Amino acid sequence: MNFGFTQEQSLLRDQVERFIKEACPMPKVREIAASESRFDSTLWQQVADLGWLGLTIPEAHGGLGLKWIDLTVVLEAAAEGLCPLPIASQALASAAILTCGNDQQKNDWLPAMAAGKTICTIGLYDEANWIDPNAITAEAHANEAGYELKGIKPFVNDAAAADYLLLAVNAPNGLALAAVAKDSVKITHQPTMDTTKPMASVDLNGVSISAEFLLPMSEDQLAFLTDCGAVATTAEMVGAGAAILEMTSNYAKERIQFGKPIGQYQGVKHRLADMYVDLESYRSLSYYAAWSVDDDIEGLAKAVSLAKGYASDAFAQIGIDGVGLHGAIGFTAEYDAQLYLKRSKWARPMYGDSDYHMDRIATLGGL
Amino acid sequence: MDFDYTASEQSFREEVRSFISENLPPKKERGKNFLASWLEKVRARGWVGFAWPKEFGGSEGGLIEQTILREEMALAKAPPLGTSMMGLAWVGPGIMQYGTEEQKRKFIPDILDSKVTWCTGYSEPNHGSDLAAIQCKAELSGDHYLVNGQKIWTTGAPWSQWIILLTRTQFDVKSKHDGITCFLVPMDAPGVEVRPIQNMAGDKHFAEIFFTDVQVPVENRLGAEGEGWNVTVSALANERSSIGEVTQMFEKLANLKELVKTTSKQGQPASMDPKVRRTIARFEMKVAAMKFNGLRYLTKQIKGEPLTSETSVNKLHRASLEIEIDDFAVQLMGQAGLQLRGGESAVDGGTWSKSALNWPNVVIGGGTPNIQRNIIAERLLGQPKD
Repeated sequence: MNFGFTQEQSLLRDQVERFIKEACPMPKVREIAASESRFDSTLWQQVADLGWLGLTIPEAHGGLGLKWIDLTVVLEAAAEGLCPLPIASQALASAAILTCGNDQQKNDWLPAMAAGKTICTIGLYDEANWIDPNAITAEAHANEAGYELKGIKPFVNDAAAADYLLLAVNAPNGLALAAVAKDSVKITHQPTMDTTKPMASVDLNGVSISAEFLLPMSEDQLAFLTDCGAVATTAEMVGAGAAILEMTSNYAKERIQFGKPIGQYQGVKHRLADMYVDLESYRSLSYYAAWSVDDDIEGLAKAVSLAKGYASDAFAQIGIDGVGLHGAIGFTAEYDAQLYLKRSKWARPMYGDSDYHMDRIATLGGL
Repeated sequence: MDFDYTASEQSFREEVRSFISENLPPKKERGKNFLASWLEKVRARGWVGFAWPKEFGGSEGGLIEQTILREEMALAKAPPLGTSMMGLAWVGPGIMQYGTEEQKRKFIPDILDSKVTWCTGYSEPNHGSDLAAIQCKAELSGDHYLVNGQKIWTTGAPWSQWIILLTRTQFDVKSKHDGITCFLVPMDAPGVEVRPIQNMAGDKHFAEIFFTDVQVPVENRLGAEGEGWNVTVSALANERSSIGEVTQMFEKLANLKELVKTTSKQGQPASMDPKVRRTIARFEMKVAAMKFNGLRYLTKQIKGEPLTSETSVNKLHRASLEIEIDDFAVQLMGQAGLQLRGGESAVDGGTWSKSALNWPNVVIGGGTPNIQRNIIAERLLGQPKD
């Protein structure tokens, strides 16, 4: 019985936190988010050189052969500084190829992805708030070249930064992931609340891919990848939630009103305590869900729903209270608290909102 | 990370389970002497004061074994391991840490043998949450102290034989935490008067206690004069990772799920109602959070880091669950939910209704939720004190 991190994992966390502080502090985050590419290839290469992109890729395919719990250490620590690099998208795309690809496809894709040379992202559902195979409407039809794609993927994260997009489609023999090169499709950036998580729509109409670029995907595999997406998202919610709590707590100690620090008023300190309780709770649930990806596949769905179901609303409230407790300064664009509130808005519906996950908890729990 | 148990931990779990199956008959088959014989048997196994040092009659059970023991006992809904809950939880540990050799000899064995039940004289009419402000007075007068004052909300006072009593021996102090002294007092001492108070559920678990010129021998002082606050704080610091409570909450959740399946709402099973399903899922997320918070804290303890205020996190969850689950169950049952035991439409023998009126036992008893929030904000987040 050991629900803690190893020394190696703690060192990894320190390494990520140090890197974020030195190479990607908040002014840099804002700069990247405001740039046209919304990406920084120099930082990306550094991250790749540190090995973070190959954590969950087997050694045989050029990765480190570690587990999702190791990956979530990186995702959590990077999210403390709202790092805008598509590390989570790359990890999910790797999981997709490991899950749905054949040996040839794994060999073709994974080493380059582990090295950061190929950047990939994943786009599963085409409905804004529906986690279900029926929420995939894009199509792939056989043609002489392989497959012709049809439809629009309206919600693809990190599409502009990626070289390839793995997009869920209805193929002649069932669900599949179509790997499309960025340059072959029309990608339209969508303005959203959270500029550190770029979102785009992808127009597949008129695009053809050769047969080896279609990876068949069962409904179970789709569910697994969705759960992986929720695990990655909650790991980032832990890091970002901890950061805004710390920022708000520090502010409450320094801000003097009516002659004393506002943290001395119970109206403030009790909110901070509630934020702490919720953060610690979804932190525990999120670590357990991450552990389950590799070590308890039977229990994964439940573990994921407990974590994301809790985190979705809790982090949203932490974002609101974090900004709110700062007063007017928290409302300004210049102050960083608002960026975390926006991240909480982004994370809330990703891979299932709290209603979706609570419904699944009820069903899995025998109701 | 690893959620497996070692072979020896697993075999300890088996040992506990087989003990339970041999010695815990169903409720209806338990005879008059069942509890006494149960207590004797668990004592013989070394499971009373399981974590205590061997020199005091404990077993020095490891953290995981303690967890397993609590978990299995809670699962089996077994009677408590020892009748003096407070004696085992903090009076015993307090005596082991601060007591004289004579006090250790005199009091520890009786706690382990369930011969003596202890209550805790902390709260006063004007000082509950603000514990250190107590006014109950103890004055040295020759070979004894003279105690005058009042305690209130003392759980178990109506049936306890002894009380661990917090008094003030010095009133002219810089800090209210100074000048407090702790005593071990027999409840039948002349001048001790117990007046039980009926709570809103109809029970008389707690009482007010009046002390009028009660003579307490000097040798019944626990710790030095003026050291009472330290004695109290370190006694209450015997925190656990709340695993037993988690098991109880999972049981309660399972009962609630059964209830919603058998309860009709607007003409259909309540379990089909989306709001009902999500409410229960929300309870389950909180109980699961308690479980995994508890395992993280347990891991910390195993690594040798003492637990401090983190346990307030689960206390807050427990408090809200204690209130919300029963409240939800009662309103779900509609007018039947109002009926107490004996009512023709009462469900589950009225246990939900009864329990819906009993939450302050847990929620207020160990420090109110707002006190827990103060603890978290001040000790874990470093906010300035009130």
